[in-house]
Amino acid sequence: MGNEGKKRIWSEYQKEIADDHFFYVRSCIRQSFFPGSEQFFLNFMRNELGKDVFENPSHTTCTGIGYHGDIVPFATIMTVVARHFALMKEAGYRNIAISCVTSFGIYTEIIETWKHYPSELEKTREYLYKATGREFEIPENMAHTSDIIYKFRNEIASKAKNRLVNQQTGEPLKVVEHIGCHYSKMFPKYGVGGAEFPHVLSGMIEAWGGDVVDYPERRHCCGFGFRQYLVQANRGYSISNTAKKFNSMKPFKPDLVITNCPGCNMFMDKWQYTIKEMDGTTFGINGESIPVLTYEEVAGLVMGYNPWDLGLQFHMVQSEPLLRKMGIEFDPRDKFKTLDGRQMPVPANLINV
Amino acid sequence: MTGNVVVVGGGTAGMEAAGQMAKAGIHVTLIEKEKETGGHIKEWHHLFPDRRNSREVVEYLRDQIKNDNITLLTGTNLTGFARKGHGFIVSTVHGKELKADAILLATGFDLFRSERKEEYGYGIYDNVITSADLEAMFRKREVRLKNGEEPGRIGIIHCVGSRDEKAGNLYCSKLCCVTAVKQAIELREHLSSSNVFCFYMDMRMGGALYEELYRDAQETYSVNFIRGKVSEVGVNINNKLVIKAEDTLAGRPLRMELDMIVLMAGMEMSREGLRLANGVLKTGENRFFTPADHHFGSNKGNIKGVFYAGTCTAPMNITETISHARSAAMEIIDYLQAIKR
Repeated sequence: MGNEGKKRIWSEYQKEIADDHFFYVRSCIRQSFFPGSEQFFLNFMRNELGKDVFENPSHTTCTGIGYHGDIVPFATIMTVVARHFALMKEAGYRNIAISCVTSFGIYTEIIETWKHYPSELEKTREYLYKATGREFEIPENMAHTSDIIYKFRNEIASKAKNRLVNQQTGEPLKVVEHIGCHYSKMFPKYGVGGAEFPHVLSGMIEAWGGDVVDYPERRHCCGFGFRQYLVQANRGYSISNTAKKFNSMKPFKPDLVITNCPGCNMFMDKWQYTIKEMDGTTFGINGESIPVLTYEEVAGLVMGYNPWDLGLQFHMVQSEPLLRKMGIEFDPRDKFKTLDGRQMPVPANLINV
Repeated sequence: MTGNVVVVGGGTAGMEAAGQMAKAGIHVTLIEKEKETGGHIKEWHHLFPDRRNSREVVEYLRDQIKNDNITLLTGTNLTGFARKGHGFIVSTVHGKELKADAILLATGFDLFRSERKEEYGYGIYDNVITSADLEAMFRKREVRLKNGEEPGRIGIIHCVGSRDEKAGNLYCSKLCCVTAVKQAIELREHLSSSNVFCFYMDMRMGGALYEELYRDAQETYSVNFIRGKVSEVGVNINNKLVIKAEDTLAGRPLRMELDMIVLMAGMEMSREGLRLANGVLKTGENRFFTPADHHFGSNKGNIKGVFYAGTCTAPMNITETISHARSAAMEIIDYLQAIKR
């Protein structure tokens, strides 16, 4: 009964995702914290699928973090986003691929605002023109990069060298998916599968052989919540939300968490380390922490990429337990080596190694 | 009295009105899309406020239409109707064309599809059911979880699809509060060791004996009433439902484990009624048929000769529906007399 009910919901939230010719916009943080994610996406799209993905170096932050931190006014962020659309127009693209859920939420909020309040759109056109002399068009198709990976999830499955299956037991891995609040909670129609039972990540998990874990705090915030973290005095609130979420999933013994949003990944990964340091609590089995990977990193593992080329070592929670379960061979000596073979410093207190 | 009237809908309103008109000598063709008459009530177990067995009402209504002046067409849908002279030609999907001096629409309501409130997980979590599902369990005298066990802790969520802007229904369905109270009492009777929690926005107990039933639920049956809406439902490792709500009287968020959740699904204009409206018959913001006058013409439509009865105009209980059907019959009799003059 459950899956039939979910399929019915998913059928109502099937968004159109463009097939090719994307104007790609970057995230502020993901290139720094888990750089393999973007590398996988671009390589997969351009070299595996032969798609056209265009980047413009003049693209900037969307200022979403400042907006949600109450330091960037709405008129300003609308103008910044309008500038991105102007760059896209100048490059001759109509499909935008957004690689950050915060940005995706900003873009959807602004486009919906313009739709409902056309005067805001006209004001933004005027602001942008006065500031830069540029003009813009609203994209014809707007996809988050996870939407695009979702669209091609079966192509990835067909090329799979590793599946989300415990090679020792033959059982599917138990995978927690976290789509991030700003992906579809504000506007469910923009998300694959809506907001309550989203399919964007669970569709990938199913296609790649894993089992999706449903747990009581599945919909809960990762803990970031912008002001919860950005205002230093609130950080206890941030970490307590993360702890609440992990305590709720712990009885299900998840093998892996897959995140949609760079911010969520950072907090679900790094706060696990902090909680362990604070009081020794861990949330995985055998005293381990739960690896928290992006959908692109998981796609890379499924397709047989080297875990260190994917940059899994840049996470706070290390992925070795997951790699062993999936039967992925790796050489620990290569973990902190540069591409040309030089040894980098090895961080102290790595967890899960 | 002579004349031909087509009544669309063989539920409470349609059957009662057909019976009343037939008694007055009018020839009535009663059209029902299902295989048998009775409408929603035939699926119900007991009625509020006196816990009458709904079968008694269905039997009464079926007796009403045992009349030589009534031709009953079940399993029949209309394709539409068209004006011809002073009357109408009503067409069925089976190719029949019926002459009518007047048409009475008694197309009733559809229960709100609870799966649209995705956050409650109806159709996804095994033990989230609707008020209609619970009535079916009562009829079988077996209130059980999916695994066959008896539920111990049961939550009842009011206003599912009613007074809900997100669901597109701003109106109150009016019957769900008292249905919840009635079902809570019956749950306590069926399962004496159970705990029942009703989550409500307001208790709208405006009907005769409703308030007394509500008091009885609290004093005699120890039903817990919590003022606050449930925001989401999930399941834990033990397959218990976990809800988040707000207790607005205590001013606190609340989290609770339950074995079963019953959703008080609201009433919506029926799809069949909407189809027949077809942009010609006036419907309101609530999508129900809009009567010509809320005070003096609640049975009259915006087209001369088209009348309404029952819940195709607004949520109503059985008593109100029967009264509305009788007044529709009187309006039609007046109308037929006027056109014969």
